[in-house]
Amino acid sequence: MDMVLVAEPKQVVAPGEVLAEGDHLLGDNAYRIGTKIFSACVGILEVDGNRVFVVPLKGGYFPRVGDLVAGRIVDIGLSGWLVDIRAPYEAMLPASETPGPRGPRRRDLSTSYEVGDMVLAEILAFDRTRDPLLTVKGPGLGKVASGRVVEISAAKIPRLIGRKGSMISMLKKETDCQITVGQNGVVMVWGKSPESERVAVEAIYMVEREAHTRGLTDRIREMISRSRVVEQVAGTQTA
Amino acid sequence: MNKLPEPKQPEKLIDDKGLRIDGRRLDELRPIKLEVGLLDKADGSAYIEQGKNKILVAVYGPREAHPKHIAMPERAVIRCRYHMAPFSVDERKNPAPSRREMELSKVIRESLEPVVLTDLYPRTTIDLFIEVLQSDGGSRCAGITAASLALADAGIPMKEMVAACAVGKIEGKLALDLSDAEDKYGEADIPVALVPNAGLVTLLQMDGHLTLSEFEQGFTMALEACKTLHAMQREVLKKKYATIKEAAEEREEAEVVA
Amino acid sequence: MSATPQLPPVAKLEQKTVIDLVAKGKRIDERGPESYRPIQIQVGLIEKANGSAQVHLGKSKVLAGIKVQIGTPFPDTPDEGVLTVNAELVPLASPSFEAGPPSEAAIELSRVVDRGIRESKALDMKSLVLQKGKTVQVVYVDIYVLDHDGNLIDAASMAALAALVNSKVSKMEVKGDEVINKGGHHQLPLNNYPVAVTFAKVDRTIIVDPSLEEEQVMNARLTVTIDKNGDICAMQKGGLYGFTPDEVRKAVHMAVGKAAENRARIMAAAKG
Repeated sequence: MDMVLVAEPKQVVAPGEVLAEGDHLLGDNAYRIGTKIFSACVGILEVDGNRVFVVPLKGGYFPRVGDLVAGRIVDIGLSGWLVDIRAPYEAMLPASETPGPRGPRRRDLSTSYEVGDMVLAEILAFDRTRDPLLTVKGPGLGKVASGRVVEISAAKIPRLIGRKGSMISMLKKETDCQITVGQNGVVMVWGKSPESERVAVEAIYMVEREAHTRGLTDRIREMISRSRVVEQVAGTQTA
Repeated sequence: MNKLPEPKQPEKLIDDKGLRIDGRRLDELRPIKLEVGLLDKADGSAYIEQGKNKILVAVYGPREAHPKHIAMPERAVIRCRYHMAPFSVDERKNPAPSRREMELSKVIRESLEPVVLTDLYPRTTIDLFIEVLQSDGGSRCAGITAASLALADAGIPMKEMVAACAVGKIEGKLALDLSDAEDKYGEADIPVALVPNAGLVTLLQMDGHLTLSEFEQGFTMALEACKTLHAMQREVLKKKYATIKEAAEEREEAEVVA
Repeated sequence: MSATPQLPPVAKLEQKTVIDLVAKGKRIDERGPESYRPIQIQVGLIEKANGSAQVHLGKSKVLAGIKVQIGTPFPDTPDEGVLTVNAELVPLASPSFEAGPPSEAAIELSRVVDRGIRESKALDMKSLVLQKGKTVQVVYVDIYVLDHDGNLIDAASMAALAALVNSKVSKMEVKGDEVINKGGHHQLPLNNYPVAVTFAKVDRTIIVDPSLEEEQVMNARLTVTIDKNGDICAMQKGGLYGFTPDEVRKAVHMAVGKAAENRARIMAAAKG
């Protein structure tokens, strides 16, 4: 049967808008009634071969097993901690999923993490019947002792990382900061100075705001170098 | 006592030129302004002005259900609160929820339930807060139109948006989108919400007096108006995101030229 | 805040049985899609009330009582009496009813029955005035649901109307600052007789007078209240899905005949 695209790819579509007619494969946020395919959210229409899907412009984080997330400890329970990962479900980090001694010496959980602490963790398990389960056993995971916490829309994380990591690599290099991107929209930033951290934070918000525009990478690089000029000038003036 | 004088009953609701008190024809909608994404903390938000109605809607969710016992294992629970600000009407309204607000909260929630893909978020709640800042007739319909936008703005997957409009009877004639005075001194009011692609009526109420044939005409008129509103909703959403795209592209062009 | 109600406590197997039967044009109690369950109406059971009626609609049981008292009019209608309709879903009527402030279901029920009576101008509001702007008669219609087996709206609407038809009031007069009861009993004057007819959509079939099991599987419901002239005075859609415009039109047409049938039953029972 004929496959016809009704909406324009790379353009914004609204819920209920007709995307296509025909035997296309349905990707994320596309559904079918009869021969017509409709969008289920506000987003950008993408077509990949004969697969039609919509990339949402907004939306919270929906947990996926294997994702790296940055979360905040909100409660200490008997056998673990409750972690806010900015998702519709609160996550659980069991003590058994943290490195360290086992047994009776490990009585007081608050010696490991306190309420308010930030942790980098991986989603170990999640399905429709239970809340996400986290682990911090792994390289680079665990309590975050310093740095800035930046919260952006999880939908913009792919743009922040960029094709083959191009955007995030550029950001790290240009701002001279260490940046860890949580799939849940929480980004950790460590810089050598508060000033360089501020520039990195500003750049991350800029990606969130202008994610679906052309030439973003260059504009951000521009913004960062302008900020550094200001910084240097300010530096020489106070010196 | 601090009581403003009651606004007087208008002499005529339709003048000899066939125009209503606010100058509209019988089949004309009031001027409508729609905005999305205006609140910072809410996951999604929308604002509607329809005639003198000013209604703000915020969506929070999907989020963890609190208390846990209201959660459903296979889908999200939708919670809806329709509330009128005390200063929204002529005679100050007591802020405590009235029976009318409770009924409207229910019928508004029921008008939106069919479109939200609640199966994707079991054990959560999707909370809708409809605040009527100023009320002038047809606020439940305007609330539904804005609530659909707020849900879409929150990125909550939905089959399509729901649009709503009321038709009434004033001085024996069917009129679209009644204002408060027209509803008060008129003979009937039919609020309708339509899900256009699916062709489903998800809100339908009526009070007053109508023959079957008057109902048939009025009902059809309301359904057409819903389709007009639906097109406006879609335009507002697309425009909002298109402008961000355009602004950045304009800046880029300016820099190239410079 | 209104929240999606919890699922009814029914096994999926049972739900499927009900849906399949309805699709075939038979219902679990073997009625056709356009038939009401057996209706029994009794009036005058509560002597202390001005009027009362009990309706059995299938196994649903609703009792309505009318009290006419003296009160003050609303400021914006000084030349009219007052009508108040209140429904209570008391806990003894169903395992799902809890004690406490009225639920949204109780409020919706009250307001739909109220709309039928008010919008059809069943009560002559001006005849309830004793002293314009000061003293009027207040008609309280209190609906008590005693047993919930579905379609409480229609049962309540019939009970309220039968109770109003059954109501007697004594002659009241204002002398100086007092209201004097001059005795005598006359029927509460009524100008119209509104009757609610409720439809349920089960999958794609429209049925009239849903029983509780049918309500538990229905997509949506539509109540159409018809007055003595066959005109519409109230409508209310409920439920989590919706009706197509044609389904609405079909239901409205069917409502006229059904309302007339039930009105005849009410009048026969109330006058007898």
